[in-house]
Amino acid sequence: MKILICISKTPDTTSKIAFKDNNTRFDESGVQWIINPYDEWYALVRAIELKEKDPSVIIHLITVGGPDCDPVIRKALALGGEEAMRVNLQDADAFNIATQIAAVAREQKYDLIMCGKETIDYNNASVGAMLAEMLEMPFVCLATKFELTGQTATITREIEGGEETDEVQLPLVVSCQTGMAEQRIPNMRGIMAARTKPLKVVEPVAVENATQYIRYEMPPAKSGVKLVPADNVAELVRLLHEEAKVI
Amino acid sequence: MVLIFIDHADGQVKKASFEALTYGVELAKLLGTDAAGILLGTIETDAAALGQYGIGKLYQLSNPALNAMDSSVISALCAKAAADLGATVFIFPHNSSGKSVAPRVAVRLKAGIVSGATALPDLSDGFVVKKAVFSGKAFAQVKVLTDIKVISVNPNSFHINKNDSGSAEIVPLNMDVPPATIKVVSVQKVSGEVPLTEAEIVVSGGRGLKGPENWGIVEDLAKALHAATACSRPVADSGWRPHHEHVGQTGIQIAPDLYIALGISGAIQHLAGVNRSKTIVVINKDPEAPFFKAADYGIVGDVFDVVPRLTEEIKKLA
Ligand SMILES: Cc1cc2nc3c(=O)[nH]c(=O)nc-3n(C[C@H](O)[C@H](O)[C@H](O)COP(=O)(O)OP(=O)(O)OC[C@H]3O[C@@H](n4cnc5c(N)ncnc54)[C@H](O)[C@@H]3O)c2cc1C
Ligand SMILES: Nc1ncnc2c1ncn2[C@@H]1O[C@H](COP(=O)(O)O)[C@@H](O)[C@H]1O
Repeated sequence: MKILICISKTPDTTSKIAFKDNNTRFDESGVQWIINPYDEWYALVRAIELKEKDPSVIIHLITVGGPDCDPVIRKALALGGEEAMRVNLQDADAFNIATQIAAVAREQKYDLIMCGKETIDYNNASVGAMLAEMLEMPFVCLATKFELTGQTATITREIEGGEETDEVQLPLVVSCQTGMAEQRIPNMRGIMAARTKPLKVVEPVAVENATQYIRYEMPPAKSGVKLVPADNVAELVRLLHEEAKVI
Repeated sequence: MVLIFIDHADGQVKKASFEALTYGVELAKLLGTDAAGILLGTIETDAAALGQYGIGKLYQLSNPALNAMDSSVISALCAKAAADLGATVFIFPHNSSGKSVAPRVAVRLKAGIVSGATALPDLSDGFVVKKAVFSGKAFAQVKVLTDIKVISVNPNSFHINKNDSGSAEIVPLNMDVPPATIKVVSVQKVSGEVPLTEAEIVVSGGRGLKGPENWGIVEDLAKALHAATACSRPVADSGWRPHHEHVGQTGIQIAPDLYIALGISGAIQHLAGVNRSKTIVVINKDPEAPFFKAADYGIVGDVFDVVPRLTEEIKKLA
C-alpha cells in the first residue's frame, strides 16, 4: 500500500495580504509559510493514522515548487512520511502542477493519492480532480471521512445540504477537508527524523500553463459599523429590512 | 457555443445551476453566440422550463444512473458532449459537483479553467476572469490562455435572471455511458435546513454561546429567517456542532446576502471565509471584538438576552 500526499505551501493564515509591481504579484515580504492546512491536518494526518493501523503502508510526499518549499516539506516530514519529492518548478498553474505530479505518480504507482480540498491562497480546488483525470482514476472531493478495508475505500463527502457516503475501489484520488482527522503537532523525534529523510528534487516535464494570474485587487473596504443599542432590536430589524434590504 | 452544466440532486435542479445559467447566458451574449444547457440524469421538474433562464436548447441524457455524481463518468460525458457540440466555453457551478468534474473536463478538453469566478469575463484583452483568492481576502484577474475555456461560478455571486415565458427545446443526447467508478452507499441530508453554501442568510454561533445546549437560540433565529446555521472552528472542533458547519479560511467559504455572527470574536481566519457576505451583523458583548470592524451592523450585548428578542421581532415581519 503506497500513499502519495500532495503538499502545497501557503502563507500563514494571519499573513498580511498585499500586492506589488502594480498589483501584478503577491507581496511575499514578511510572510511566514506553512503547509496548506487541508493538506496537513486532514490528508497527511489521515494517512499517518492509516499507517499506524497498518505499518506496511508507505507514505510519500510531493510538492511542486522552488527551493523555498523545502522548509515546509521538511515540516511535513516531521509529522510523518518516508520520503518527499519536490518537482523543481515555480509559478505553475493547477494544470501544470497536476501534470508534474501525474508524471511522478505514473512511475511510482500509488494506491492512494490524497490532497487538500483546495489551497488557502488560490482556492482553486482543481489539482486533485485534474490528477485523477490524468491518471484515469476515480476522484472523490471534499471528503470528511476516509476508511479503508482491503482495496475498498469508504468515503464520506460533503454535498449541498448534507453528506454522502461512497464506496470506491483503489487506486483513487481523494481531496480532504475538515472532519477527517485532528491536527497534530510534530514532536522532537519527528523533527530530528525529518532532517535525514530523503527529499528528492525532480526536474519538471515541459508543459505550458493554461492560465495566468495577471492582476490582483483588494475588496472594497467596509464603510464602518452602524451600532444599534441592545435594547432596540426593532431598529436592527428595520435597518436590515429597509436599508440593507436583506430580510 | 457556451455550454452550461445543470447540476441536480433529489430530482431538483440546484440553485447554483440557475446562477451558472445566468452567467452562461450573459457570457454568450458578450461572445455573440448561443448558450445551451446539458443535463445528465433525470429531474422531477419540467426540464423545458430551464428555458426561463435564457437557454434555447437543453441537451439531456436521461439515464437515472447519472443521478449519482461519479466524477469519472460525468466528466467523460461532459467532455464528449462539449467536443461533439463544438462548445468553446463550459460553465459549471463551483459547488461539490463542479469541483468533482469541471477540472477533469478541462483536462479532457485541453482547456484552461478558472474556478470560483465572481464576475463575467473581461474580453478587452484576451479572456480574463475575476475570482476570489486568499479565501476572500482579495481578488485576482486570471487570463485563460487556451482556445477552449472552463469556468466554475462561485455560489451566491450572481443574481439569477428569469423570464417566466421561456421554454427550452430538449435535445436527447445519444452517448455510451462509461462504467461507474463509485457506489453511493448512503446520503444523509440535514433535514429541513437550507444548504449552507447556497443559503442567502446564515446565522452563525461562536464560543460565546458557551456550549452545545445553548444552540436553541441560534436555531430559532435561523428558522425565523429561513437561514442556514454555521459556526466557528473551535465550536466544531469541540464537537458542539458538526464539522460541516465550520466556516472560515480552513472550513467552508460562504458569501450569503446576510451573515449574522453571534458570540464570534472575528479572528482573521474566520473573517476570511465570510467577509464576502453582502451584509454582516455582529452581536457580541465585547465592544472591542475585532468582528465589529468587518461588520455593517452591530449590537454590543449578551447573545442570551438579545437573540431571543431579535427572533421575536423578526417573526413580526412575516
Ligand atoms: C491556521 C488556523 C486556521 C484557522 N481557521 C479557522 C476557521 O476556518 N474558522 C474559524 O472560525 N476559526 C479558525 N481559526 C481559529 C481562529 O483563530 C479563532 O480562534 C476562532 O475563530 C475563534 O472562535 P470564536 O470566535 O468562536 O471564539 P472566541 O475567539 O473565544 O470568541 C468568543 C466571542 O464571544 C464573545 N462572547 C462571549 N460570551 C458572550 C455572550 N454571552 N454574548 C455575546 N458575546 C459573547 C466574546 O466577547 C468573544 O468575542 C483558525 C486558526 C488557525 C491558527
Ligand atoms: N504546488 C503544489 N504541489 C503539490 N501539491 C499541490 C500544489 N498545489 C496544490 N496542490 C494539492 O492540490 C490541492 C488542491 O489545490 P488547488 O487545486 O490549487 O486548490 C492542495 O490542497 C494540495 O494537496
